[in-house]
Amino acid sequence: MPLLVPPAPSGTTFTTTRPAGPAPVPPAEIPPERLLYEETLPGGAGWSWSLRRHLTLRLTALENGANVSLICFNRHDLVDRYNMADTLKGQHTAKLTAGYILVSDMGRAMLSITGDTLGWHDAISGHDNAGIVRQKWGERSYQAARNEWFQNSRDHFLMELGKHGLDRRDLVANVNFFSKVTADDEGVMHYVPDHAKAGDFIDLRAEMDLLVILTTCHHPLDTAESYSPKKVKLQLWRSDPPGPGDWCRKYRPENERAFFNSEVLYI
Amino acid sequence: MSTLNYTESPLAPEKAAYRHKIPAGDFWIHKITAGQSVRIVDLEGNQAVDTIFYNAGDFAEYYSAQATIRGQRCIYLTTGTKIISSEGNVMLEITADTCGRHDTLGGACACESNTVRYGHDTKYMHACRQNFLMGLASWPGAACHLNKRDIPANINFFMNVPVTPEGGLMFEDGVSAGGKYVELKAAMDVVCLISNCPQLNNPCNGWNPTPVEVLVWD
Ligand SMILES: [Zn+2]
Repeated sequence: MPLLVPPAPSGTTFTTTRPAGPAPVPPAEIPPERLLYEETLPGGAGWSWSLRRHLTLRLTALENGANVSLICFNRHDLVDRYNMADTLKGQHTAKLTAGYILVSDMGRAMLSITGDTLGWHDAISGHDNAGIVRQKWGERSYQAARNEWFQNSRDHFLMELGKHGLDRRDLVANVNFFSKVTADDEGVMHYVPDHAKAGDFIDLRAEMDLLVILTTCHHPLDTAESYSPKKVKLQLWRSDPPGPGDWCRKYRPENERAFFNSEVLYI
Repeated sequence: MSTLNYTESPLAPEKAAYRHKIPAGDFWIHKITAGQSVRIVDLEGNQAVDTIFYNAGDFAEYYSAQATIRGQRCIYLTTGTKIISSEGNVMLEITADTCGRHDTLGGACACESNTVRYGHDTKYMHACRQNFLMGLASWPGAACHLNKRDIPANINFFMNVPVTPEGGLMFEDGVSAGGKYVELKAAMDVVCLISNCPQLNNPCNGWNPTPVEVLVWD
């Protein structure tokens, strides 16, 4: 085990874009010998998983307009969790795409975006809840509709959090993969409908052992005429651990320091 | 630069029920009851006032940055903005604002995030999240133990953090100045937790933390 020493500080000069070479192209088809697990989530579902370090979670939109709302936690210390502001300000971005990392409130790289066919994922708009769904599409009772009833991200987050001993104190700001929301000069937010097309995917490599919680409910600003959350495929695959020259590690000096903060967990 | 929204308050400082100066780099925690108004004054200009609100009867209901910007469909906070909780309830409304724009995406500084942003040599510098932890630890009214789990995204009063149409996040020079203020009227009983940011690495405040004043009217 080599001695871990913090990377040298870069001072307070901020550079805005600095991909270290071209983005690596993830395999369009995961090699069968690397594929470990696969599951299709219906629209309006919740899911949680202990994701081991250096495995990659691939999310694939199976229908146009899919959305995946996600939060994550340090598997061994659940108080250490995804932090929207630390992720965004550390990388000077309001959107997420390949090269960026999700950062915890302890300054640790949690997930690296190692592959992305879309170029824009929403990190600021939050998740939907029963009130938002009711206001847009009305109500559909379980007794009348059985599993075709209307569901929402907040309820699924709370249910999955509860399975791991967590509660609404832990329901942090989330990411919405496959969705795009822009802000104009006045700060007004604009939702882009049907941003994701069937087949679009994103690869998320765990940089530490994680508890990942996600839902496939509607984006909270979705303008769809009817309640119609979309199917998403989940795949876990054995990716290569990030070496010293890893593209996400080198994407920004901030990322390298966040990788360091994760790696000291494994001394 | 897009337009800024200025609104003055009719409330007179000498009629305030409570006045307190928060020293540079310090924290403040205080209950504001429904109907009261709280004003935060940026005494010397471009001081970041990192602020969280909790439901005074239930700290598990807290300020939500995402619900607030989604509720207004706008990433900036100013007069008319309703401060929305994690449960979707209106906690307060901004009733006056002579600064014109406030940020809620940039979050609070922390020793750990400072190592990421500025380098590991900044790890032992004082930071907002330490102030928040001190504030929570000192609050006698809390019905349960409060800790880092209870620190959600916060408001940065007087900070200017624009998002570009391309999705970039910029840290612009402040739009605030000495004497500018923001005022909020409480719609429920809330506990207000402020870290008067001690950040010494960010040019936004000219590397110079300064005091702010809070006033409360019945
Ligand atoms: Zn701070």
